[in-house]
This record gives sequence, C-alpha cells and structure tokens, in this order.
Amino acid sequence: MTGPSTYQPRNAFLKWFERRLPILGLVHSSFVTYPTPRNLNYWWTFGGILSFMLAVQILTGIVLVMHYTPNVDLAFNSVEHIMRDVNYGWMLRYLHSNGASMFFLAVYIHIARGMYYGSYKAPREVLWILGVIIYLLMMATGFMGYVLPWGQMSYWAATVITNLFSAIPLVGDPIVTWLWGGYAVGNPTLQRFFSLHYLLPFVIAGVVVLHVWALHVAGQNNPAGIEPQSDKDTVPFTPYATVKDAFFVALFAILFAWFVFYIPNYLGHPDNYIPANPGVTPPHIVPEWYYLPFYAILRSIPNKLLGVIALFSSILILAFLPWLDTSRVKSGNYRPMFRICFWVFIVVCVGLGYLGSKPPEGIYVITARLFTFLYFAYFLIALPILGLVETPRPLPHSISEAVLIKKKGKMAVAAVTALLVVLAGTLGGTTRASAEEEVATPPMVKWSFGGPFGHFDRGQLQRGFKVYHDVCQNCHSLKLLTFRNLAEPGGPGFSEAQVESLAAEYKVKDTNDQGETVERAARPADHFPPPFENDAQARQVTGGAIPPDMSVLAKARGYERGFPYFLTDMIVPYQEAGPDYIAALVTGYESAPSGFTLPPNTFYNKYFPAHAIGMRPPLTDKQVDYPDGTPQTVEQYGKDVAAFLMWAAEPHLEARKRIGLQVMIFLIVLAGLLYFTKKKVWHEVEVPRELAHGQDPRATSM
Amino acid sequence: MTTMSSAEPTRRDFLYIATGAVAAIGAAATLVPLIAQMNPDASTIAAGAPVEIDLAPVKEGQVIKVFWRSKPIYISHRTKKEIDEVRAVPVNSLPDPQPDQARVQPGHDAWLVVIGICTHLGCIPLAKQGDYDGWFCPCHGSQYDASGRIRRGPAPANLAIPPYKFVSDSKIQIG
Repeated sequence: MTGPSTYQPRNAFLKWFERRLPILGLVHSSFVTYPTPRNLNYWWTFGGILSFMLAVQILTGIVLVMHYTPNVDLAFNSVEHIMRDVNYGWMLRYLHSNGASMFFLAVYIHIARGMYYGSYKAPREVLWILGVIIYLLMMATGFMGYVLPWGQMSYWAATVITNLFSAIPLVGDPIVTWLWGGYAVGNPTLQRFFSLHYLLPFVIAGVVVLHVWALHVAGQNNPAGIEPQSDKDTVPFTPYATVKDAFFVALFAILFAWFVFYIPNYLGHPDNYIPANPGVTPPHIVPEWYYLPFYAILRSIPNKLLGVIALFSSILILAFLPWLDTSRVKSGNYRPMFRICFWVFIVVCVGLGYLGSKPPEGIYVITARLFTFLYFAYFLIALPILGLVETPRPLPHSISEAVLIKKKGKMAVAAVTALLVVLAGTLGGTTRASAEEEVATPPMVKWSFGGPFGHFDRGQLQRGFKVYHDVCQNCHSLKLLTFRNLAEPGGPGFSEAQVESLAAEYKVKDTNDQGETVERAARPADHFPPPFENDAQARQVTGGAIPPDMSVLAKARGYERGFPYFLTDMIVPYQEAGPDYIAALVTGYESAPSGFTLPPNTFYNKYFPAHAIGMRPPLTDKQVDYPDGTPQTVEQYGKDVAAFLMWAAEPHLEARKRIGLQVMIFLIVLAGLLYFTKKKVWHEVEVPRELAHGQDPRATSM
Repeated sequence: MTTMSSAEPTRRDFLYIATGAVAAIGAAATLVPLIAQMNPDASTIAAGAPVEIDLAPVKEGQVIKVFWRSKPIYISHRTKKEIDEVRAVPVNSLPDPQPDQARVQPGHDAWLVVIGICTHLGCIPLAKQGDYDGWFCPCHGSQYDASGRIRRGPAPANLAIPPYKFVSDSKIQIG
C-alpha cells in the first residue's frame, strides 16, 4: 500500500490476472514485503491477536445465529438448546461469550501499548482515531451481544444502558422510547439489538481495513519511538512479523482455551442464567468486566446528566490524545516523568474496574471519585503539562542503535509492579468494606467433577436424580431437560429401557386425532413436565413462593467469593460455587436469631441471601431410600442433588473438560514449535549482524 | 549455536514443516465443530423416533397423509380394482421395474405405505390424481400408479417405501 508493487508473478495466468486486478500485489506489498521496524517487542503482536479474535467472533457468531432465536419467549431457551442439543453447541457458545472478553483484554493491552509508546502522535493521528472508532463499535457490539441470551443481566443491562440516553435534556425520553421500540425493553428491542449485533462486526472489520491501511501508510511506531531511516532499521513483514505474531496468537489461544474449557462462566454472572424478568431487578447488577471502569465513573458523579457526560467523555477523550499530549518524544521509554504518570493511570483504570464491581456505597464511592479525577487528570493535566516541563532522555539516532542499547524486560517489571500495587489496593479496599450483611459462606465440597480432569460420579448423579424425583419435583420443574438426557453419555448413565419406563411414569399433554387435548405417557424425547400449570397455581400450592425451575439452577446460583478467592478461582480453577451453594442451602435451616423478624410463610436459612426463604426445609434424614448403602442424611442428599443439578445445568461438562485437555496439549505443542520457528527465523537478523559489528549478542535476544 | 541456521538447512526445514503441519492439523480439527453443528441436533434426532399409526379409521379407497421425520407419508388403503390394475402391468415395461408385491408387506396387500416425496425434485405429489389412479406431481407432471411406481414424467424412480412394520392387523409403526 505504500507505493507501486514490486510483485512480479511468474505464472502466466497470475500475470494475466494481476494486470486486471492487482490484488495479489496488494497482499504481497502489505503482508509480505511491508517493512516493519526490527525492534518491535511482543506488545506489538496484539494487533495480530485482535485480528484473530475478530475472526473467531465473526465465525462463531455466524454459526450461533444458525441456532439462536431472537424472540423474548424463545431466546433464553434457544441459547440453552445450543448448549444442550446442537453438536458442539456448548463449545461454540463458550468460544463466543469468552471470546468477547478476550477481545476486550487484547484491545486494552493494544490501547495501553499505543499510549505508552506514543503511537497516537504525528503522523499517526488518523490511525489512532480509527482505533478509537473500532473500540466504540466494539463496546456497542459487546453490549448488544450480552443482551441476546435474555437472562436477567441481559435484560437489566439493556434497561440501564438505554436509560443513559434519558439523561439528555428535552429529547431524552423520546430517544429512549425510540431505542426500545416500546414502553420498556421488550421484543422489538431484542430484535433490533440482534440485527445490529450481526451488522456491527462487519462494520468493525471494515474500519479495521482502514486502520491497517492507515498503519501501512504511516508505518509502524516502535519502542524507540523514532522513524526507520534505512533498510537496516526494518525487516520484511513476512516471515519476521508473521511468525512472531503467530507465536503470540498461539500463546493467547492457550489463555482463551483455559477460559472456554475450564472456567467458561468465570467472567459471567450467575444471574444471567435466570430468564429475563421485567418485574424483578437483581439485587446487585454490574456490567461485564470490560465496562466496569466506565461504570465506576458514571456512578461516581452524583448528577444524572453529568454522570452520563463523564462516562462518554472518558471514552471520547481518547480521540483527542494526539493533541493533548504536547511532548514531541513518542516513546515512554525516554520520558521518565511520563512513565510514572502512565503507570499511575493504568493502576487508576484497573482500580476503577474493581470499584465498578462493588456496590456504590461508603469508601467505594469516595475512592471512585478520586480515581475518576485522576483518570481525567492524566489526559487534561498530566499530558499537556508534561510535554512542557519534562526533560526527555536522549533519543537513539536510529532504530538499529536502539536495538543495541535496549534493556530487557523493563516493561514486564513495570507491569508486574503495577499489578501488585493494584492487588494491594483492592485488598485494602475489601477488608475495609466487608461489613455488609452477614451471610454464611457455603463450605467448599470436594466435587468429583471439579478441576480440569473432573468427571461426574454416575452413582452420585443417579442418587441425586432420585432425590429430585422423590422430593424436589413436587414443586420444582426441570423444563429444559428431556428424559432421553438421562441415558446420554456424560450423564447419570441410565439405560434406554430404564429411561423409557421412567418416562412412562409421567403424563404429558398432547392432541389426539379429534383435536382434543389428552394426556399420554411421556416418551424419552419429551421434556420433564412441570409440577404446576403456571406461576399462580404454584403460588397457591406453596403458600406464596414460586419455586424456581431447576434446569440451570446450578449455574444460576453462587455466592460472593471475595478477595483474593475471585482471583485464585481463575487459576485453581473453581467453578463450583453453584453446587456448593445448593448443597449448603438444604442444610442451612436454623431457628432465626433473636431480633430477626421472619416474614410469614418463610423460613430462616443461614446461606440464603437475606435469610428468609420461602422453601420449607425440603429434606429430612432417611427420607429418600438409597439402595447402595450411601448414608441417608440431609447433607448427603444435598450433595447428591447438587451434583445432579450441575449435570442438568451443564450436560456436556465431561466432554468439555475432555476436549479441553486435547486442545490444551495441542496448543502447547503448537506454541512450542512456533517459538522455535520464530527463533530460527529471527536468528539471522539478530545474531550475525551484531557479531559482525562486534557487539554483544545478548543485548538483542528479545 | 551460531552455526545452525545456514549449516543445517534440513533441520531447519524439518522445524518449519513440523510447525506448518501441526498448524494445519489444528485448522482441520477446528473445522470439525464448525461443520458438525449443521448436522441434525440431538432434539431433532430424538424427535425422529418411530411413530405408531392406527389404520382402523382408514376406509377402503382412502389415502391418509401422516408425518414422520418431517416427511409426509402416504398410507393408501387400496381397492381390489387398484391392486388388480397395478399387478396386471408387465413389470419390465416400467421405468423403474418393481412388482407391486415387493412394495407391500406380505399378507397386507391392501396397504401401501410410501414417502410422499416426488423422486424428481422433492415436491409432494397429489393423491388419487393423474392417469394411473395413483399420484400426480404438480411441479413437473410426474405420474405414479396405485403402487407408487413412476409411470410417466421426469421422475427417475418409484416413490420410496419408509421402514415400517405391522404391530397388529390395524396398526403400523413407521421408523
């Protein structure tokens, strides 16, 4: 893209084609011979990683649309249909939902890299602004995608975010109504969000093309922040940048796979496994992690309009960076004062993210206000002034000179330091604000299905099913499950015959040839029929409470993990908060402590949030008969039924972990091979030249 | 360390080929879920279980249409005249030669069960129409006789017979 192509095809057909459409020459000059600065470090591989993630999201998204239904009555169940029935559907959905998080993680690193090395400065302003546009489009796309599963968090995210526009004076309310296509978030909203969620990624792809085009006109910035002057300063894109990018994409894919296969719901919220209910807002709603800093800024301003303005300004201000930063030196490596400000800024951003996840009260609000001030101060005070008062370190004369004097690992040390500071800060924050209401923490059960190698215990699943069958099903439905599921691989392991006779116990409604509604015995393909006709009947029978459906209950429940467990859960990996909570809940009944007024028709449970639960103690010792000699205690029943419900919520859990192991091994092998390939490819660039110049080769082993 | 790049091209080539091969295997494996997801899902397969049809209400000369695996199935209670007609036709004169006896179950000559999908391009032929007392396809004019055999028109083969069995004299199970 930077001049006439030097590409000369040998093949006669390609010559003929190239004269008519020089696309091969374009690809050749853009991705083969395109000169990249030879001193690019690994932070520069995130452009490639982002392209990879965009491709993953578009590909998995197109596939998911083949099975998803954008309708308020069908959306939630169609997502569960993907998770349960579609071949590899669970994998495709987890790839897509965790892919969004990985995409944002990569884009934040990419943005931070650009900010540290001054990649927004002349002549790259347009390149930078195109990047900000991509980021804005990503935020819109991510938000609308989050609405599509139509769980509680989806619904209330849609409500809260669209209500931001109601802050606009005079026209706010008509705009919000227009966005909704109704008097509240509803079916029209879901359908338009779906349409736009499908459209925007292709718009992003288009802007990415412009972004890359602008990049190839201006050339890449580099850690030294000086422009290449001779061929000695650059290497061709292929193979040098290609293989380096490929290696880092493989490493990033390992992280991605870890989330998809071992902690797929870690970044989500249990509440989003509860179908959207326009009548009840969940007690603690937070956006996805990648919006948390902006959410904290919004909440830290006590005025509605000003809060919304602050929120949008905090993003749009990025577009003005090229003019807010007055320093002529690009790279932060040569700006000692800027460097301090930059790392403080990073800590502030992460800190805002943490504060955004906390309830807006007490110390959190005060800290969030301070951090919001610091966030804007970086752009509006630090950057304009620094350029005037700071004395930069002397710049190298050329990139090849910079390569020789480069010190290794400085960024990494700084990054680790920043992370530690953030952790220390959050630790302090947590200990001070843990005086919320006292809810007992469920004990952590050692589940057979926990961890990367977990398997369900068939006996336990069968016992758990017996508990459900004998006790729970009198009030709780299991609508998403079919009888045939009980015989499917990875489940309780009932035989086909057992399932058939079991199904025959149940009556389902059907229509006969005369058009009358009749009851017939259920067949294996039928869903478990619900115990009550509707919510009103349920309320009549149970005395006020509506027993929740149990199909995804094990994923729809959990408890606050707190610091530092919410971080270690990622590594352990711990995904069993739901079953732990359920197993604890059935044993958690106690007499209410003095001073606690129990509302009528409720029972005191130490594990239930707010303690007053509508469910009477469901189990007693020896209530369910276990023929295999397992202790017939409430505690054991609780564990067994929790394990069964975990399987019911995630029938492909075993397949997920099994395939996950294969994927992990594959990716590690691939990353290893790419690492050595990269070393070989770069060897000739890095070692012989320096030896020829009589320099120490260790200086450039990056 | 410093000599390996130019001195041992074979070892380097092996590394490149190995890396490329592993990456290619990964790309191929990635295609598996992307392709498999378009195959019938578990609920569709489960819904394709056998169905039982009560034949008692079907009068002689009547044709009913039922659905199995989303396909229309014609069940024809044939008259004596229809049976005699289709059995009188010389089998070798047919485009897709097959005797009527091979298209019904022994002892149940009156009952013809066929998949009601034209073997030409998948339209549903109309029952009791055309020149052969059988089916007539409105799309491209294929005509089938009372045995569901192709007699005239562009369709290449007789109407297919679904797997079925008589569970009693008046009840069949399709599938």
